[in-house]
Amino acid sequence: MRKVRLISLVSSISVLGLLGFAACGKKSKMIQNKGSDTMINLAQALAEEYRKVSPKVAIAVSGGGTGVGIASLQNNTVDVANASREMKAEEKANAKKTSGKDPVEHKIAYDALAIYVHKGNPLAKVTRAQLACIYGKEGTCTKWSDLGVEVPGCSGQEIVRAGRQNNSGTYAYFREWVLGEGKDFKLGSRDMSGSKDVVDLIAHTPCAIGYSGMGYKINDVRWVCLSKEDADTCVEPSLAAALSGEYKLSRPLYMITSGAPEGDIVSYINWVRSDAGQAVVERTGYAPLPPDQRHK
Amino acid sequence: MGVFATSATARRRHRTQKLAFVVLLGVTVLLILPVLAILGMLVYRGAPALSLEFLFSEPVRGMTAGGIWPAIVGTMWLVGVSLAISAPIGVLAAVYLNEYAGDTWYTRVIHLAIVNLAGVPSIVHALFGVGAFVLFFEFGTSILSASLTLAIMTLPVIIASTKESLSAVPMSFREACWNVGATRWQTIRHVVLPNSIAGILTGVILQVSRAAGETAPIIFTGAAVFVPFLPSSVNDQTMALSMHLFTLSTQVQNVPQEITYGTALVLVGLVVLINGVSIVIRSRIRRRRKW
Amino acid sequence: MSREEVEGAGANPGAELGTGLGPRLGRSPARQRLHRAKELLIETVIRVCGVSAVIFVFGIFYFVFREAAPLLFGGLDLGELLTSGEWYPDSDNPRYGAFALIAGTLAVTLLAMLIAVPLGLGAAIFVSEFSRGRTREILKIVIELLAAIPSVVWGFIGLVIMNPLIIDLFDTPVGLNVLNGAILLALMSVPIIVSIGEDALKAVPDTYREAAEAMGATRWQVTWRVLLPAARNGLLAAVLLGVGRAVGETMAVLMATGHSVNVPDSPLDSVRTITATIASELGETAQGSDHYRVLFVLGSLLFLITFLVNLTADLVIRGFKRR
Repeated sequence: MRKVRLISLVSSISVLGLLGFAACGKKSKMIQNKGSDTMINLAQALAEEYRKVSPKVAIAVSGGGTGVGIASLQNNTVDVANASREMKAEEKANAKKTSGKDPVEHKIAYDALAIYVHKGNPLAKVTRAQLACIYGKEGTCTKWSDLGVEVPGCSGQEIVRAGRQNNSGTYAYFREWVLGEGKDFKLGSRDMSGSKDVVDLIAHTPCAIGYSGMGYKINDVRWVCLSKEDADTCVEPSLAAALSGEYKLSRPLYMITSGAPEGDIVSYINWVRSDAGQAVVERTGYAPLPPDQRHK
Repeated sequence: MGVFATSATARRRHRTQKLAFVVLLGVTVLLILPVLAILGMLVYRGAPALSLEFLFSEPVRGMTAGGIWPAIVGTMWLVGVSLAISAPIGVLAAVYLNEYAGDTWYTRVIHLAIVNLAGVPSIVHALFGVGAFVLFFEFGTSILSASLTLAIMTLPVIIASTKESLSAVPMSFREACWNVGATRWQTIRHVVLPNSIAGILTGVILQVSRAAGETAPIIFTGAAVFVPFLPSSVNDQTMALSMHLFTLSTQVQNVPQEITYGTALVLVGLVVLINGVSIVIRSRIRRRRKW
Repeated sequence: MSREEVEGAGANPGAELGTGLGPRLGRSPARQRLHRAKELLIETVIRVCGVSAVIFVFGIFYFVFREAAPLLFGGLDLGELLTSGEWYPDSDNPRYGAFALIAGTLAVTLLAMLIAVPLGLGAAIFVSEFSRGRTREILKIVIELLAAIPSVVWGFIGLVIMNPLIIDLFDTPVGLNVLNGAILLALMSVPIIVSIGEDALKAVPDTYREAAEAMGATRWQVTWRVLLPAARNGLLAAVLLGVGRAVGETMAVLMATGHSVNVPDSPLDSVRTITATIASELGETAQGSDHYRVLFVLGSLLFLITFLVNLTADLVIRGFKRR
C-alpha cells in the first residue's frame, strides 16, 4: 500500500517537474544545428570535430531538410540552419518578419554531384541531353540500348532511375541543372530519402543509374564521366574539377544564421570556414571552399 | 448416428483431420521460422560488434566507428519521460473505467476512443506531435515533445493491461472494504491497486518496450541524428536507438556492417528482454493468484 | 455482485453505512471535511484521466486537421487529390494527385493481407484448438515476440535481408518493392490477427465443441463446421484490425517498398505508400507551405481510414461479445 502511494507520489512529482522544466528557457551552450539532409554527414562530422576544438560547446545536429532548417530559423528553434540551396526571397522575407533580423547565409562548402552507375555498367560518358531523356517527363529513354550500351547482369536492360525525394535540395538542383526551369521529372523513379540510399540501391542494382553527392561513393558503384557541351569530351567527376569550376554539377552549401552570428555561433562558423574546418569538409567527401574564400 | 459419424467416410475424415493438423502446424511454423531466422541473423552478424566499448562510447568518424551510448541514453530519456506521463494517466483511466464507470454509451465512447488511439498510424501520431507539441505548445523539437507523442501513442497499452488486472480483483475484496466504512478511493488505493500491482507493472513494461522501438513519431518531434552531448533536460534534442538504426541504414555511407547489425541487435535485444520480463511477471501472477 | 449493482452503491458507499469507520478515516468533522474534499479532488482527477483517451483522439484529429484545413478549404481539389496520379508537390507548377500513393498503399496492404490472413487465422486455429499446455504457451510467447519487434528493425530486415533475396529469387532489378513491403507487413500484422482471432475462437462456448465431439466429429470438423461459423464475426474483426495495422505502418514500408511514386502493375514494382510519403517529405517542406499542408491532408485521410476500420472492427467485436 505504501508502495502505491509512493508510486503515485513519484509520478505526480515527475509530471509536475517536467512541466516546470518545459517552462524554463533553452540551455545556453547548446548550438542547435538543423536542416539539409544532404549536409547531415558533413554537419555531423563538423560537430564531432569541433568538440575537440571547443569542448564546452555542444552542437546538436538534426536533419529534416533545408526547408525545415529555414523554417526553424524563423521560429527561433534553431541557431544555425543548414541549407543546400540559397534561401528563396519569400523565405528571407518571412524570416525577417518573424525574427526581426535578416538571415545571413554563410557558404561553407560545395556539394559536387556525380552520376552513379553499377560498377559493371560500361557507360563511358553521359550528356545532359541523355540525362534529360532518362529523367525528364517527356524523356523517352527507358532501355540501356537507348544510350547505346548493354549492361551485363541487367535483365530486360531496363533503366532503373534512382534519385532523391521530390523536396530535397539535391532533387531540385539536379532537376534544374538537367531539365531547366519549370520542367518536371518523370514519376516512377526510385526517390530515396537519403543520398546514401541512392548509392546503396545502385550498388545492388546493375540496371540502375542515379545522382548523389561525391562523398557517398562505395566499391560497387562507379562515376560516369560528364560530357561537356560539345559532347565529344567529358570531365571526370572529382573534387578538384568541381573546385576549379570545370565540373559543372556542383553547388554551394550554406549555413544560415538569423542576423549576424554572435558568441559561440560565430566562433563555430568561422572555424567551419577555416582551414581546419575545410579539412573536415574534404575528408567527408565534399568540395572545400577555395583558399581565398576561407576564414583566416 | 450423428451427422459426422458415417462410417463410410470415417477414413477420409481422419485423413482430412491429419491433413488439417499438418497444414495448420505448417502455417504456425512458417510464422515462427522468420522470427527465429531474423533473431539468429541479427545475433550472428551483430554479436561481433557488441562490447562494453560499443555500448558505452560515442559514435565517431561520422558514425562509422565507435559506439551507441548517446542513443541508448536518449532512448532511456524518451522512454522514462513518456512513461512518467502515460503511467499515471493510463492507470487512473483504467481505474475510472473499471471502478467508477458503468456500462453506458459514455463508457462505450471511451472504450472506442482507446481502441482508436491504439489504431492511429504512427505517422499520424507524428503529425499530431508536430502540430500540437512542437508548434502549438511551442515545446520545439525536444525530448518533451517526442515523449508526449510517445506517451499518448502508448497509453492504450497501459489502460488495457491495468484494466484487465483491476477486473481480476474479486468484488468481495471491495465489498469487505466498503463494509468497514472506507470510501471508494480508499478502497481502490488500499485494496484494489495493491492487488493488481503486477498487472499494472506488465502494462508499464509493455509500454516501455513499445516506446523504445518507435521511430516515426520521434523523427520530427525530438530525435536528432547526432548530438555529441548526453541530454540534460527535456528541452534538449537527443539521439535514440531506433532513429540511430534508421540513420545508419539509410543515411550514412560506409558504416561497417557490424555496427548497423549491432545497433539493431541492441534495439531488438532490449525490446525482447523487456517483453520477456513482462511475460515472466504475467505467468507468475497467473500461477500465484489465490482467488 | 455485478457491475450495475456496484454503480448503485453510489460514489461513497462508506458514507451510507455511517458507522464503523476505518482506522485511517478522521473522526473530527473538520478532518472529515478535509477527507471528503480530498476524495472529491481525486475522483475528479480520475474522471479526467478516464476521458483522456477521448480527449486525445479528438486532439489528434484537431491538430492534424488544423494544419490541413487552410489548404483543404483554400483551393485544394479533393477530386484531383484522390484520382490524379500527378504527384508534383515541389514543381514550379505544383500538382497534388495522390492516386499513385493510395494505389501503393492499397497494393501493399492487399498483398500483405493475402499472406497474413491465411497464416494468421491458421495459426490462431492451431494455437486455440490444436495445441495445449506448454506448446500453446510457447507459441503464444513467440507470436508476442513477433509483435514486439520494432518497425524500424523490420525495415532494416527488408533492406538488408529481403532485398537481395527477392532480387535473386525473382530475377528482378530492385528488391525493394510491393512484395518486400507486403511480406514485412504480413509478419507485422499476423500477431494482431492471431491474438484477436484466438480470442474469438475462445469466446465460442465449450458446449458447442462438446456437442459436436459427442457426435463423433474430429477436431478439424468441429473447427470447420462449428467453431469457424460461430466465431465468424470475431475473425472478421481480427482481419480488419490487421488491415488497420498494415495501412498505417510507416517505417517498414518506408524502408522496404522502394520510394517510387507509381501505380504498380505487379508485386515486383516499387511503390510509395501514403505513410512513407509523409515520413519522407515532411522533413523537407517549409512549415505552412502548401506542400506541408497537403501532407497533413494525407494524414487526416489516413486517420479517417484507420478510424473507420477500427470502428467497424469494434462494432463487429461487440456483436460477437453480445451473443
